[in-house]
Amino acid sequence: MSDNKNNPNEVSDTGHEWDGIRELENPPPRWWTISLYLSGLFVLVYFILYPSIPLVTGSTKGLLGWTQIKEYHRGLEEIQAVRAPFEDRLAEMTAQEILEDDEMRNYVIASTRVLYGDNCAACHGVGGQPVPGSGYPILNNDDWLFGGTIDKIVETLAGGRAGMMPAHANLLTEEETDKLVKFVIDASNGEATEAGWKLYNEKGCFACHGADGKGNQMLGAPNLTDRIWRFSGEPDEVRRTIMHGVNDASDPRTRIAIMPAFNERLAVKLEAEEFGDDPEDYFDGTETERLTETEIKKLAVFVHQFGGGQ
Amino acid sequence: MTDPENKSSISTIDIYEDVSDWDVNAGGNKVVAKRMTGRFRNLKWFGMSVWLIYFLGPYVRWDGQQAVLFDIPNRQFHFFNVTVYPQDIWMLSLTLLFFAILLAAVTSIAGRVFCGYFCFQTVWTDVYTWIETRLEGDTPQKAMKFKSAPLSAEKIGRITLKHSLWLIIAMLTGLSFAAWFTDAFQLWKDYFTLQAAMPAWIVLAMFTAGTYVFAGFMREQVCFWLCPYARLQSVMYDQDTLLPAYDAERGEPRGKLKKGQLDSGKGSCIDCRMCVAVCPTGIDIRKGQQEGCITCGMCIDACDTIMEKTNQPKGLVRYASYKELHHNHDSAPVFKRPRVMIYGLILMISFGGVVYGFMNLSPTEFHVVPERQPLFVQLSDGSIQNKYTLRLLNKTQHPIEVQYRISGLEGATLHGLDDLVHIEPGRINQLTAFVRVEEDAVNQAISPLVFTADVINGPDIQIRYESMFMGPN
Repeated sequence: MSDNKNNPNEVSDTGHEWDGIRELENPPPRWWTISLYLSGLFVLVYFILYPSIPLVTGSTKGLLGWTQIKEYHRGLEEIQAVRAPFEDRLAEMTAQEILEDDEMRNYVIASTRVLYGDNCAACHGVGGQPVPGSGYPILNNDDWLFGGTIDKIVETLAGGRAGMMPAHANLLTEEETDKLVKFVIDASNGEATEAGWKLYNEKGCFACHGADGKGNQMLGAPNLTDRIWRFSGEPDEVRRTIMHGVNDASDPRTRIAIMPAFNERLAVKLEAEEFGDDPEDYFDGTETERLTETEIKKLAVFVHQFGGGQ
Repeated sequence: MTDPENKSSISTIDIYEDVSDWDVNAGGNKVVAKRMTGRFRNLKWFGMSVWLIYFLGPYVRWDGQQAVLFDIPNRQFHFFNVTVYPQDIWMLSLTLLFFAILLAAVTSIAGRVFCGYFCFQTVWTDVYTWIETRLEGDTPQKAMKFKSAPLSAEKIGRITLKHSLWLIIAMLTGLSFAAWFTDAFQLWKDYFTLQAAMPAWIVLAMFTAGTYVFAGFMREQVCFWLCPYARLQSVMYDQDTLLPAYDAERGEPRGKLKKGQLDSGKGSCIDCRMCVAVCPTGIDIRKGQQEGCITCGMCIDACDTIMEKTNQPKGLVRYASYKELHHNHDSAPVFKRPRVMIYGLILMISFGGVVYGFMNLSPTEFHVVPERQPLFVQLSDGSIQNKYTLRLLNKTQHPIEVQYRISGLEGATLHGLDDLVHIEPGRINQLTAFVRVEEDAVNQAISPLVFTADVINGPDIQIRYESMFMGPN
């Protein structure tokens, strides 16, 4: 840099001149030159260390063996290491215990959204509220077909559920059907008539829905006297449910209402424990496990916390 | 009349002549500034001493804790007995605004005061060069003599001592920086037992290297070619700005003393080049205002000393505005300069904001977030239920017990928040709550609803959050 001449009259030029302005031969500052060469060196080292030169198939690998997918996996391992203490504790706890532990419950609510989105939201909606008219049960109200306690939710998730209302098209006259449709709608609004109740009992509806019409969670028979509709409160839709039933194989127009099993093995285990037996005696080796037991517990707590859990 | 071609070539030559007079300081010649005593030298020492706070501040204790601590892992800023959380970050913005405008205001009034007296580059460079001149000579001639002297034990000793002192200062600089972000005493232990955390080592390494290279080797080159402030501040000048300036009218034509006497017919400047010798950035103030000038006033001290010796009035080089030098009238008073007044207004607003923020620092932070998907749910008895997430941050130093309640909506009942909630200091408590209203009572899609958290065990704090209740139709 010290060889830099500021006086243009002392510096040789390249011979290029425009209107008296000469192109001088002052070299660029040395730090600048050094920086340029260092940059070049950096590029060279980078090319050697990292994947860089594109080839026909793939590219050069680089000495470090770095790839984006490896970096992603490393990041994944990091987050899993953060979650590990929680996940390990979850594995040891029952769903009920998780529910009662503030810290673990908050962890589950925060971390289960994706699991719920992948496995449940397609039918039950992101916030536990399915698309109106889609015919899937609402998860965030206080009306439960098979029970809203945390244990019942675990059971439902593990073993799945299926509605079982028989088709009545061949059992009822046109007039009786009309009257029952009206009765069901009235019952929901608390305006059912004596005549309606009489017909309800005569036709045997009480067997599943109960003498008071409040349903039976053992069977998954819905409560007819509340404001919540399992399918729809429109007269035509109510008529379809009565005439064609739910999951009645003999009727092609029947409604389909099946909750798939997400961990049959866990369902069998719970059943065995209920009877005080060794689960190993119950397994037949065909049980599916779409989700792990811990995942089932997490989802149960997540669903329970939608607002309707009992 | 000259022909156009000729005219153009004449002006080109003029430019070349002009250029030959320029001196671009690209670091080719090391600046060895002579040190002299004087008013501005004292002022500079005073400005520099402010940086002692940087080195000593972390050891100040308050209530048994570090008085000022930027606790990044815990997202807390402790300032004596006040703890500031990220939620109050707007105060930091106002503080930064205050100092940015302060820089502009000061620059507008008296030039690059920051550069000359406070800037860490200036201050550290001054300390480094002070060490260097002590060991290797305080004039360019002595420095050159030292450099060209044959290698001897003494020379090696002096060079080693210089670099050792530089490195110690550099490491102290890095350590002190890190000490603001973690417990200072623990940090010393961690460094000496090699147990410090990785960020602490990185900070130490970067600050040590940065200080050593910038203050030891690059010096005024940083001001010339790296510092954005230097360029920014220069455009904040106007004709009223006070700057160290050479009174050319009085000084020119300059002439050397003849037989120890002033040369008659010449100006006050005796061309002793003292002003150049003392300049830490190696400029000649007599060439007028230029980018290299950090307005430190060393040339004023130097020239005043010479003026005294030659029995002339002081102030040939002095703080003077452009107006004073070129139009012979004083610069306008501060309150008549719109630019300064506007700066002042912003300063007052931002300072007032920070004061207001500290006075009204809320002891808690409360948010209620209504569930959006779905907005509401109908329950089996027909009532409408809304779901809320409540977040309450306890910014006090003590645990608090909180009881929640709602108001503002007829017939609304709160569910899921019956128990008292215990919140540790510095922690956020997050809870889910449900509010139910009878179907008939919901007569509009959105109704206002107020959540209140009553602190049971502590000071009477009103914690309210105005939220809303969503219903059908």
